[in-house]
Amino acid sequence: MHSNCLSEHSAALRNKTYSSVELTQHYLKRIDSAKALNAFITVTEELALEQAQYADRMLHDNKAHALTGIPMAHKDLFCTKGVLTTCGSKILSNFVSPYDATVVEKLKQQGMVILGKTNMDEFAMGSSNETSYYGAVKNPWDVQRVPGGSSGGSAAAVSARLVPVATATDTGGSIRQPAAFCGLTGIKPSYGRVSRYGMVAFASSLDQGGLVTRNARDAAMVLQAMSGFDQRDSTSLQLPVPDYGNVLEQSIRGKTIGLPKEFFNDDVDADIADAIQQAIRELQALGAKTVEVELPNSEVGIPCYYVIAPAEASSNLARFDGVRYGYRTENYTDLDDMYEKTRAEGFGAEVKRRIMIGTYVLSSGYYDAYYIKAQKLRRMIADDFSRAFEKCDLIAGPTTPSTAFVIGEKNDDPVAMYLNDIFTNAANLAGLPAMSIAAGFDDKNLPIGLQLIGKYLDESTLLTVAHQFQQQTDWHLKIPDIPGVPGGPGGPGGLD
Amino acid sequence: MEWETVIGLEIHVQLLTKSKIFSAASTAYGAQPNTQACDVSIALPGVLPVMNREAARLAVRFGLGIGAQINKRSIFARKNYFYPDLPKGYQISQFEVPIVGQGRIEIETDNGCKVIGITRAHLEEDAGKSLHQDFHDMTGIDLNRAGIPLLEIVSEPDLRSAVEAVAYLRKIHSLVRYLNISDGNMQEGSFRCDANVSMRPKGQTELGIRAELKNINSFRFVEKAIEFEIDRQIDILEDGGKIVQETRLYDSDKNETRSMRSKEEAHDYRYFPDPDLPEMILDDDFIDQIRNQLPELPDARKSRLEREYHLSSTDASHLTNDRDTADYFENVCSQTAADSRTVANWILGELSAALNHSAMEIRDSPVDSIRMASLLDRINDDTISGKIAKQVLTLLWKSEKSVDQVIDENDLKQITDTGAIEAIVDNILQENSAQVSQYKAGNQKIFGFFVGQVMQQSGGKANPKQVNDLLRNKLD
Repeated sequence: MHSNCLSEHSAALRNKTYSSVELTQHYLKRIDSAKALNAFITVTEELALEQAQYADRMLHDNKAHALTGIPMAHKDLFCTKGVLTTCGSKILSNFVSPYDATVVEKLKQQGMVILGKTNMDEFAMGSSNETSYYGAVKNPWDVQRVPGGSSGGSAAAVSARLVPVATATDTGGSIRQPAAFCGLTGIKPSYGRVSRYGMVAFASSLDQGGLVTRNARDAAMVLQAMSGFDQRDSTSLQLPVPDYGNVLEQSIRGKTIGLPKEFFNDDVDADIADAIQQAIRELQALGAKTVEVELPNSEVGIPCYYVIAPAEASSNLARFDGVRYGYRTENYTDLDDMYEKTRAEGFGAEVKRRIMIGTYVLSSGYYDAYYIKAQKLRRMIADDFSRAFEKCDLIAGPTTPSTAFVIGEKNDDPVAMYLNDIFTNAANLAGLPAMSIAAGFDDKNLPIGLQLIGKYLDESTLLTVAHQFQQQTDWHLKIPDIPGVPGGPGGPGGLD
Repeated sequence: MEWETVIGLEIHVQLLTKSKIFSAASTAYGAQPNTQACDVSIALPGVLPVMNREAARLAVRFGLGIGAQINKRSIFARKNYFYPDLPKGYQISQFEVPIVGQGRIEIETDNGCKVIGITRAHLEEDAGKSLHQDFHDMTGIDLNRAGIPLLEIVSEPDLRSAVEAVAYLRKIHSLVRYLNISDGNMQEGSFRCDANVSMRPKGQTELGIRAELKNINSFRFVEKAIEFEIDRQIDILEDGGKIVQETRLYDSDKNETRSMRSKEEAHDYRYFPDPDLPEMILDDDFIDQIRNQLPELPDARKSRLEREYHLSSTDASHLTNDRDTADYFENVCSQTAADSRTVANWILGELSAALNHSAMEIRDSPVDSIRMASLLDRINDDTISGKIAKQVLTLLWKSEKSVDQVIDENDLKQITDTGAIEAIVDNILQENSAQVSQYKAGNQKIFGFFVGQVMQQSGGKANPKQVNDLLRNKLD
């Protein structure tokens, strides 16, 4: 059952090949068997079965939507009514949200079944899922390795076939990098396409909700349902959402793919460089043209990002003060002591590091030198893309310079960790839609991601190119063999 | 040395919107704690602000009222600091580009009119309240007020005395009520004031070091607090000391200011543009529509009342201090044949005293403009005397009957029957023959005595003019 992707489930549920309850039970069993991956913070078994029963009634009464009855999971920074919403942090370890995020609400309305909340880097700050208060998540392709981050739980869960789709968020690469590390399709839409209401904010001007799925078709279906204007989010776009499903079968003949020379450098692992070149040849075979483009300010992307994101985060995380909800220290003498201890005990090291950086760059006397300068660089980076898109329809390159690394390997070197975002954060700074799709494996059998960056609002072209690529390749069909979890590539033991 | 006082005021005005500035929660005053604190008000994780355009409309109204430049593009910024009644850990305010730019307002001083510059007015959200009573060893937090829209009006340091500061504060208070953008209720905190006070040697242009006075929330306290602060600073300076830049809290019980925090302890608010809110763009239509709906403002109305109703500058000024009073005046005038100056005298005299006595506002006056007009008509047509009219006003205060009904039922109609008055006059002259002799001997002053006696005997109802005429006839 779990070898089916989301689109296949949709058809099977409609044909009554199996019921939503059966499918939900099946996935819940897999989640249980794959506990060692630590992909989930919360599994909402009872709620899921209730929702599945309801979905089955809708299916029976022919009142179902395309997504009705399909199990899924939410990254644990989407607020879910009545369910623990921790953001991977001790400070929210007791926070049960009284409301649903817009994305959660929209997918509930479609009748999707929520199996639980996935693990993540604390407040989405990390590229390895190691900063979670709930512990590291393991990469299903090699459990010694990280799944990427911050949406590591979502990526591990989809990769291990514990759910066919999971929501994720991307501030500097947090969807695309884990999608690349886990051999998945990850999409971060244009800034403003998906409502941020109910997504616990990390860096408001960069955060964007999206998905990890097994293929572009699945991504198109779910993205369609979760996108659109939300009057509760002033930065959400008051524009109609294109029909993403309709464009998938279009030919990519004549499309021009820009290849930024800055993305093809010696810092990229040789296996990745080869895989990306091979992927580009596939796209050329499908009729796409390629052209070299320049993104001259790419090299300032990381410093620019690591000023703006912490600045916003330092302010966004001020509300976690122990006063109204969340963790509060046990013993304190006065108000300041309560604040200090609560935040000292409630936040992990990486979050504290970023709050301190952010507080510093916004301080009087430093604001112009850091924050204002970073905003200028951000403008320049966006302008680079505008110029590049005069010559091409989309941009392609590697998602990451290396494949999944060993857990613990980069813990003592934040800068090395930050460099994971080197190819991804520019799309966030410019507000552009971007994807990562599976494009091969390295010599350690670890997945390699191909990144596609689109013009503002043009998720359609990305999805079309990704889908057409997936019609010609089978990288996205590879299944990891996880110790203790039945239903791997060769093994019998599959539950279906 | 002769010192010059320099004062600038920051006034926080709660705007009269139904819902909060960034959420749909109600702004009604006096609800049970936290019953008007929605998900956004308590800053749950993941919630976002959405600008209430009505607050922008009211801010623009104020800007146009002071002839200020309206910024068609303004920016919301975050002012970051920790406090339990500030749920997000930052206040959404405007920093670099406020909605209202430079404007001006005229105040009246002993030396005539003076123009006070207004630097800017910006939109921001109010914080909640910390409740220290009723919570043993704990502090309660009420977030009903968190997110109520405020307009912060910042003056130039153009004020030179406590009296000028109060005149300016009153002028702004009157203006916001005229514009109907705030109820201006100081007790409920919808109109609050901080004052920056500094001294400098007379003739020096450079500003002295200032202290910011907080918590001065009545006209009286503003004056007292500033006066205390002026004395305090002069004492220090004359002793050769230096003023410390600091925030001081006014204690109205002790009538003193005391240090709250020094410049070193001042917060670094780390302002930056709020990424959750796009720039606020106002188009010309929006602004023009507000301009076209502006009511007549106090200064213009004062001039018009002087001109159209032949009022003194003082009366016109008093009547226009408050929009409701001016409306009441004009309503009475349009319904009565009485002279407009009589109307003004009655409103500023008898009515105002009665309202003060009952601690009421003119809009809630038990005697509305219709009954007031008819009362003045009855004086004008000699049905009652002015003196009886005061009695009628007292009776009207407690009843809803018409003026004529009250006059009839209490038998207060003036006696104008010459025969009846003559009978009383004759009677009085007869009973006081000694005084008549004195008068005839040349004591003119005693005439008033006869008038008084006649009026008394008539129960105050005899027409005074007729009494006068008859007495003169009989005595001269």
